[in-house]
Amino acid sequence: MQPAADTKVTANSLEIRGISKAFGRFPALKDVSLQARDKEFLALLGPSGSGKTTLLRVLAGLEQPDSGEVRFDDEDFLALPVRARRVGMVFQHYALFRHMTVAQNIAFGLKVRPRSERPAKSEIADRVADLLSLVQLEGLEKRFPSQLSGGQRQRVALARALAIEPRMLLLDEPFGALDAQVRRDLRRWLRELHDRAGVTTVFVTHDQEEALDLADRVAILRDGQLVQLGAPNELYEAPADPFVYDFLGAACRLPGEVSGGRLKVAGGWETRAPAGSPEGRVEVFFRPDEVSFAVPEGQGLAAEVRTASIRGPKTRIECVVSGVHMELEALGGAAPEGVAPGQTVHVRPTRPKVYAAEA
Amino acid sequence: MSRLAPGVRLPGVAPLLLVASTVVMAVLVVLPLGVVFHDAFAKGVGQFVEALKQPDAVAAVKLTLWVAAISVPLNALFGLAAAWAITKFDFRGKTVLLTLIDLPFSISPVVSGLVWVLLFGAQGWFGEWLIDHDVRIIFALPGLVLATILVTFPFVARELIPLMQDQGVDEEAAALTLGASGFTTFWKITLPNIRWALLYGVLLCNARAMGEFGAVSVVSGHIRGETTTLPLHVEVLYNDYDFVGAFAAASILASLGLVTLVLKTALEWRHSGELAASRRH
Repeated sequence: MQPAADTKVTANSLEIRGISKAFGRFPALKDVSLQARDKEFLALLGPSGSGKTTLLRVLAGLEQPDSGEVRFDDEDFLALPVRARRVGMVFQHYALFRHMTVAQNIAFGLKVRPRSERPAKSEIADRVADLLSLVQLEGLEKRFPSQLSGGQRQRVALARALAIEPRMLLLDEPFGALDAQVRRDLRRWLRELHDRAGVTTVFVTHDQEEALDLADRVAILRDGQLVQLGAPNELYEAPADPFVYDFLGAACRLPGEVSGGRLKVAGGWETRAPAGSPEGRVEVFFRPDEVSFAVPEGQGLAAEVRTASIRGPKTRIECVVSGVHMELEALGGAAPEGVAPGQTVHVRPTRPKVYAAEA
Repeated sequence: MSRLAPGVRLPGVAPLLLVASTVVMAVLVVLPLGVVFHDAFAKGVGQFVEALKQPDAVAAVKLTLWVAAISVPLNALFGLAAAWAITKFDFRGKTVLLTLIDLPFSISPVVSGLVWVLLFGAQGWFGEWLIDHDVRIIFALPGLVLATILVTFPFVARELIPLMQDQGVDEEAAALTLGASGFTTFWKITLPNIRWALLYGVLLCNARAMGEFGAVSVVSGHIRGETTTLPLHVEVLYNDYDFVGAFAAASILASLGLVTLVLKTALEWRHSGELAASRRH
């Protein structure tokens, strides 16, 4: 997890207010408002169809919203055409210019500047060389995109976007097309790059782990609406609703009831209701690994164990609690005492979250 | 052309099919083509050269070149514009435009010629006005060009559209975000990505433009030495029983076909990845 964004109040550099956008009858964005602070690394997280890519394309100027406002450094961004916004965009499939070499790709943004602003040839060459070393692709400048691996293409796309010294960096599923190992390496590297470049970055992902791991703050979108915006830790600790809870990681859920400050959970467990719990019928959520085992009978959920399998430091326990099938996780190389198929154990969620049950 | 499918063997059947298709090709293509050249040289090289030196023959060649030189670049431009609009932008009536582009493929070339006569002929809609202002379209070069353009319109567009659809708009979008103008984006990104396909389309368009018979026949009026293109010239001579002349002129057309074939094959071989045709054919 990232160190929390610096506590001193920094100015918002990006202000998105009430953006709506529909494609035909399909509403892609519904009244989305959010802000990014200066030099912040902001993730737009959501399942496919949540509108996150559309929002990114609105920021780039590749889509015009039906209504709403985007301000960047107090400038009306929507009034600027794409080319005047100076945003570095990395596309999901990189969109490298296939007929140009790596060096030509990176130099493109500088070469197309009007003559009066265009750097000298030698300057462009120097800048390309700098960027190549920044993205660790020295020696590949003469290659064509088709001769590069996925990870290399991604870094070329990033170098090309950085070449124009963008005011804001936009990344659309930057790791979407890469395999798991390359993803992890590039993730760290991208975060370092962002910190060094010191530019406000917005990136789109559907991978919650990626978002929580990389971003200063995460905006969670669903069906074109912003559900929650916060630091990864805030989101993980206090998900705004069951959707966010579910989306941020594996979840076990059980029906329950809150009355008079007491929480009764199906499966025969009663405890003090967490602060802020709604009264009445509720849904109780907990993470599979936030469970303590070997609780005395009557003080936890009765779980009938179906299977218990040990995987390295984790034991995975499939069980049924009050008719609900769930998987729990116990740390430690061996199954907790008494956990064996066919047995009934008592388990207690250590940090349950309670949401009002949907009608 | 398409590569051999790996690992599929049909013992016995495949060689049989191969022999059968070779025989059919020989009878239907190679033999007639051989006859053209054979008859062209039937009375010796001297006669052949003499036939081509006839003023009418020279005029026909020149006219054909003119028609192609005007209609092919225009169609390259129209085709490019149409393909660009269809593949890079969303607008209403896209399917209608696509259908219109294909129309010349599905209607008889004679009709493609006739429409111009109906419009610009002496009895046509604009006929009177044209006569009053002494503008000649039908039975003149403009009519031949119009007919040729209509018939050959789909070649470039049809070649470009599948390729450009395949390539999508991401590269253009990237160029825009990097600060390129629309024109620069077209010139430096779109055009280089489709250059071989464009050339391929132009090649096919040119072959058809020079070889077109039906449509130009309607608008030509067959004025010898003035409005007879090479294919029409062949017909005129043949009807006059001037076989050497007819076949000599036909041999030029046949050679043009062979050159086109060689260039086309070379393009397909070198740049198959950048041609929509290699996937379609």
